[in-house]
Amino acid sequence: MRQVAVIGAGDTKFGELWDSSFRQLGIEAGLAALQDAGVGSRSIDALYIGNMDAGRLVEQEHLGALLADYAGLSRDHIPAVRVEAAEASGALALHQAWQAVASGMYDIVVVGGAEKMTDVSDADAVRVRCAGIDQEWEGEVGATDIALHALMARRHMLDYGTTREQMAAVAVKNHANGSKNPKAHYRNTITADAVLKATPVATPFGVLDCAPVSDGAAALVLCPADKAKRFSEHPVRISGIGHACDTIALSSRRDICTMDAVVRAVKKGYHMARITPKDIDVVETHDTTTFTEICTIEDLLLVEKGAAGKMALDGATAIDGKIPVNPSGGLKSRGMPLGAIGVAQVVELVRQLRGKAEGRQVPNARTGMALNIGGTGGTACVTILEAMN
Amino acid sequence: MTATARFWREFPARYNLIGVHCENCNQTYFPPRGICPNCTRKSFGKMRSRKLSGEGEVFSYTVVHDPHPEYELQVPYVMALVKMTEGVNLLAQVVDCEPKEVEVGKKVKVCFRKLRQEGESGIIHYGFKFKLVE
Repeated sequence: MRQVAVIGAGDTKFGELWDSSFRQLGIEAGLAALQDAGVGSRSIDALYIGNMDAGRLVEQEHLGALLADYAGLSRDHIPAVRVEAAEASGALALHQAWQAVASGMYDIVVVGGAEKMTDVSDADAVRVRCAGIDQEWEGEVGATDIALHALMARRHMLDYGTTREQMAAVAVKNHANGSKNPKAHYRNTITADAVLKATPVATPFGVLDCAPVSDGAAALVLCPADKAKRFSEHPVRISGIGHACDTIALSSRRDICTMDAVVRAVKKGYHMARITPKDIDVVETHDTTTFTEICTIEDLLLVEKGAAGKMALDGATAIDGKIPVNPSGGLKSRGMPLGAIGVAQVVELVRQLRGKAEGRQVPNARTGMALNIGGTGGTACVTILEAMN
Repeated sequence: MTATARFWREFPARYNLIGVHCENCNQTYFPPRGICPNCTRKSFGKMRSRKLSGEGEVFSYTVVHDPHPEYELQVPYVMALVKMTEGVNLLAQVVDCEPKEVEVGKKVKVCFRKLRQEGESGIIHYGFKFKLVE
């Protein structure tokens, strides 16, 4: 297998982007990534698109060919692949693209993640968010994605003493980070008191515990690592990936306080990158809810089970903390365009590892890790990145 | 609006709480599945239907205020992960009580209820919910 590098990264603003269509968002992110890489579109060998549910959100499938066409590549007839794994679609598209370059099949590959969520009513957006859970046996009886995360949180509070104040600290921290990200959906700072008193969604969560419905897209350009310096002054190597699955039904899990798929995926990632959790300088994780950030930090083996809530309250996950988590603002503040999440997390890490995350830069970041999950952890994709210079 | 067959074919399990039992390892599963994840190939042809007792206890719960659109008229409602006496977990609403009465560890038993309705003239969905045992 060849080593693979990221030579270009780009994203759109996240939010309620009423004047942009699905295809416009995808192309805007893709062009930004190509410009960053200094690669002309004629050099692209293949396109990979992560998207969760354009079929219901904009009544459009066949997304690979669509975005290749609007990228101006219809005359080149390049292969284009759409990848779906609920909210983990973006990272999974990246992993598929990584395999294509690592195997030697393609040299220059563009990976995009895009979701257009505000062309439907709020009710329909909720239906789509819930499509990543087991619809026949959990959705049908009244569960939402947030309700399932709430069941995990309640049990985690009981078993490990995690508190609402610790969860609130996650939201406060992510909004503080997002306030420094010009492309974040919500750039306001919030207080712990506001989180604790917010309108309830599914107890113990209030509305300020939960990531929003957002439009947005992100893109990356990959090439073999030995050619990366030809294109980019600051390439970033993908040093480890891990992808694992579990039951999508929460009720069928071994333990609802641990995402076994995350543990399995991150072990694969650390093994491939030949590093240990101590080597990680910055993390982008999947905070569907404030609790989800706490749970995934533990399952990424960065701290022992039950210890991540205290870390959040102590400031250890802040940008100047011991393990900075979600400097982009995370899903909570940066926004949650479903299929774009996993690609956008890596765009942020590329910025961090290049030292270009203005206003929210993690000092001396050399190694970064992203976790993108589907549902409550039915799919987990871990990506580890290292600065190449 | 979905075709009726999608729901009709689940009636046996959903109306009667019928799961499956692996005769190879004695594990019970709900909802029914064709292959035992413990035994994989050795479970072929050995998965037998098994009606659950309907008794269990609350393992975790949440009070839902912002529901799936078809459950809007029911809020606030309690969703619980119920640990059944057979050792299998399942997800269901807990009804016939105030949300604040539900606690982790409380005993519950199954009841047959209306789940939701697809509009005024659409399909009415029935299935299992739970209520607290005195």
